[in-house]
Amino acid sequence: MKQFDRASFGWLGLLLFSVLILPWYRGGDFGASALGEGLGTQPWLLPIAVSAVLLAGLALTVDDWRRHVAILPLSIAGLVLMTLQGFAIGLNGPLIPGIAAIYPTAEQGQSGIGLGGLVTGLAFLGLISDALAARGFCRGERFAAACVVIIVALLSLFVFFPIIKLGTAAFTDAEGALAITPFLTRISGAELWGLACLTSRYSCGVVINTVVLGVLSAAFATGLGLALALLVARTDFRLKRTLRAISILPIITPPFVVGVAIIVLFGRSGVVTAEVADWFGVRPGRWIYGLPGILLAQVLAFTPVTFLVLLGTLEAINPTLEEASGTLGAKPFVTFRKITWPLLRPGIAAAFLLAFIESLADFGNPIVLGGGYDVLSTKIFFAVVGAQYDLGNAATLAIVLLALTLAAFWVQTRWLGRASYVTVSGRSDAGLAAPVPRWVRVAAIAAVVPFVVFTLAVYTIVLFGGFVTDLGRLDLTPTVSHIWTAFSFEIGAEGLRLYGSAWDSLITTLWVSALSAPLTMGIGILTAWLVMRQDFFGRRAFEFGTMLSFAIPGTVVGVSYIVAFNVPPVDITGTMVILVICFMFRNMPVGMRAGMAALAQIDRSMEEASQTMGAGGARTLRDVVLPLIRPAIFTALVYSFVTAMTAVSAVIFLVSARHNMATAYIMGRVENGEYALAIAYSAVLMIVMIACVALIQFAVGHRNLGRRTELQGAPAAQTAE
Amino acid sequence: MKNSYVMAASAMAMLLAPGAHAQSKELVLYCSVGEEWCRAQSEAFSRETGINVLMTRKSSGETYAQIKAEEGQPRGDVWWGGTGDPHLQAAQEGLTMEYRSPMLDELQDWAVAQAETGGYRTIGIYAGALGFGYNSDLVSDNPPACWADLLDERFRDDVQVANPNSSGTSYTMLATMVQLMGEEEAFEYFTELHSNISQYTKSGSAPIRAAATGETAVGIVFQHDAVAQTVQGAPIVTVAPCEGTGYEVGSMSIIEGGPNPESAKVWYDWALSPAAQEIGATANSYQVPSNAKAKTPPEAPRLADIKLIDYDFAEYGSSETRSRLLARWDAEIGALPN
Repeated sequence: MKQFDRASFGWLGLLLFSVLILPWYRGGDFGASALGEGLGTQPWLLPIAVSAVLLAGLALTVDDWRRHVAILPLSIAGLVLMTLQGFAIGLNGPLIPGIAAIYPTAEQGQSGIGLGGLVTGLAFLGLISDALAARGFCRGERFAAACVVIIVALLSLFVFFPIIKLGTAAFTDAEGALAITPFLTRISGAELWGLACLTSRYSCGVVINTVVLGVLSAAFATGLGLALALLVARTDFRLKRTLRAISILPIITPPFVVGVAIIVLFGRSGVVTAEVADWFGVRPGRWIYGLPGILLAQVLAFTPVTFLVLLGTLEAINPTLEEASGTLGAKPFVTFRKITWPLLRPGIAAAFLLAFIESLADFGNPIVLGGGYDVLSTKIFFAVVGAQYDLGNAATLAIVLLALTLAAFWVQTRWLGRASYVTVSGRSDAGLAAPVPRWVRVAAIAAVVPFVVFTLAVYTIVLFGGFVTDLGRLDLTPTVSHIWTAFSFEIGAEGLRLYGSAWDSLITTLWVSALSAPLTMGIGILTAWLVMRQDFFGRRAFEFGTMLSFAIPGTVVGVSYIVAFNVPPVDITGTMVILVICFMFRNMPVGMRAGMAALAQIDRSMEEASQTMGAGGARTLRDVVLPLIRPAIFTALVYSFVTAMTAVSAVIFLVSARHNMATAYIMGRVENGEYALAIAYSAVLMIVMIACVALIQFAVGHRNLGRRTELQGAPAAQTAE
Repeated sequence: MKNSYVMAASAMAMLLAPGAHAQSKELVLYCSVGEEWCRAQSEAFSRETGINVLMTRKSSGETYAQIKAEEGQPRGDVWWGGTGDPHLQAAQEGLTMEYRSPMLDELQDWAVAQAETGGYRTIGIYAGALGFGYNSDLVSDNPPACWADLLDERFRDDVQVANPNSSGTSYTMLATMVQLMGEEEAFEYFTELHSNISQYTKSGSAPIRAAATGETAVGIVFQHDAVAQTVQGAPIVTVAPCEGTGYEVGSMSIIEGGPNPESAKVWYDWALSPAAQEIGATANSYQVPSNAKAKTPPEAPRLADIKLIDYDFAEYGSSETRSRLLARWDAEIGALPN
């Protein structure tokens, strides 16, 4: 008896439709499909069409075709053939010698794949997953199997493939041939590792610079974060709410603007510099450009992250231990030193490493305030955008940066994985937290007050600097001219025409954020569900793979995407698609972590009940799981939306004249010294972001904003486990 | 449940679907003059022709690198503005398209000479002399008047110039010094100057903006960029160096194989017309226009009053010379301690 199986036939129908009708190449017409082009000038597409037709033939003639022995090999063969031809024949001809002997027309080359190629690949993946599920993969759960296979394929294409391409670029010499010598020359140079700055006025290598900056910045940020957390969690300090509010600001602050505000304050002709120079009669200096300036900006930006991590740790310490210590006669100082401090150490380590990793990846602050102080992220940027266009060098530097970041992640998991610091158990923890010793309190306040004053000064400039004539020359006449330059428009005979130079970038940014946020959230939550609730071969590797995309610094992602996607088969640079995809895979681990945390709190029994009553995996996910993890969905949406609006390090490589992003536009203005315009635009962006977050909140459901920040801290803290 | 497969599949399919092509005509412009002028020029063009301009501003060295990187599939149509040398290099490497505009007869000799040097793959649109500007609030007595004065001890960490790799302005300075002094002497000059340089910026005009806000005392730029700051009220004094100086022929090229060749030609002819060339002055750009009928703004530094060297554009715009000088600069100047 022939089983009519809708799902499998769905994939099969999709496959036939795409192979026979959809345009195989980008920008092609309907009918210019694999079959059409294959019969025409691109005969290497025919085998793909043939495997599709064979699959269809089998489906019509065999019983229980999902389990038929030929289905899996045929689908895999189709996918492999497709991949092979894509990489074998490039834009200007064959890339593998010998192809031209089989297919003479390959000399003309082929362009990137379009809708047809994409859907064909997807359908092959679907069929493979179905065949695998029929053989017991994912315990036969077809929806989960399809999700796993497709997500693995997407990760391979958009995370691993670019990194591998980048690796090969680093091992390529000037003639384009593979060679190890150029890599060894580049990677061993004094430009990277030089220690000349210790003994002379020569500057140190860029790797040394990066690590020094990272360590200093992480140390200061962790210290400040600890001070803030102690004040909020363990004292009756009055301004707790203000502190919490301030800690959210850096998350929605566009890059560069903090650097600009610091220049306005402390630059050679800055407000503070001028005052100080007057008082002490010294010549105003340029000390801010270089390590001090970057450090200042980074500490300001990363302190909120360390604060959230440490606050979480402090609140998790069971107060009964401290209370017991007090009851046994220990002085507050002894309690703090012997009980609280040791329990805090893992949190401190986690916060430090997190800030260190963020500092490695930071691009916006070094480029504005760096002066002659090179770090890896800016050096990579200049290697690609400068007139030399030295991709090999950029790739080598990117590999070093990636190695540093992964090492930090590795230390984090190894170091913090060992000892047990569990103090919250099922038993009562009704004790009262001990107040911190007096001197700790005083020290914390002494550290926090300048931080708060400084933050307020910076944000005052960010909010008002764009609306005065010239902040640099202290001309404080209110004006809207900067905003008008950016956002002028006319309503005339042809309707609304937008003339302001910033409209294009703002509209693109909104589109990209709005498109990428739900996609990122979707793939993140789906992955969380797969990892937490499904049992399949390779689950641990799958989990690790998704986290990897989070560990790769933005500049590395940007360079790797240019290298991988500027040529066929997947030729998407200069489009909006590449921006959306870039954000999807960079931010999905956050959604995933939030989803995993939420799922861990929900008992499986409800899902089991749903499945017992006959619902499949997809339906259970939709009707039972998703409504229960709404906060995680909200977190993922907000995080991916806000990051898409403020990220710069990867984006700066991927923008084009047609699709410019707000942050790239702001960077251009900063570089050109148009500070007021940059600041005005940033203020607009921040307002737009707040409005959009409110909108998302309204759409997803009622959750208060305070909850959001804690959830954002949660995934960060969890990586430490 | 079964439908959700198809829905998920089609949602993912949408992801890579080629974007709908805009119906209206458009032009992708790579602009290498000041942002303000880029904005004014593209706005005027789209008002006049209805062609939508997608503009990015990048320094000329960066734009050259971008066009080179996109050689396989060009994404831009016109490269407008920026110093002539990288334009000539692009022309020599066949990155740009040969086109003889009907406006050719109306142009100044130096603009046509640029076109001839580049085999009509590029053309001059404006000219301006190199020099520097200093902040008169910071430098009050004994102001610098010559290139040699910039080596003075008192300007330690107080001079800015762009990096010649990214900026055409700075490459013009490099080539000028080599022609003025001889190559060895020029590199000795740069080595000495290095201890007075606080920062090599990316954009050519950034140093004078820094001087205008007092972040640095002296900025080495084209004189018209310095004048623009003075006109806007900054305490900047423009200097035409006493030893003589080089000049640029700001150029324009059509990118070979760009997506909108028709719009590119419309822009090209329009940009050479007197009216289009007078837009610069309204956007704080005081170069000398290349169309003989266009009015030279009164603020523009008069080329006749400046001691100009006989700049060899063919030599210093060639790939070999440019790449060689830049590599030498990287090795001998860029690697020096700060």
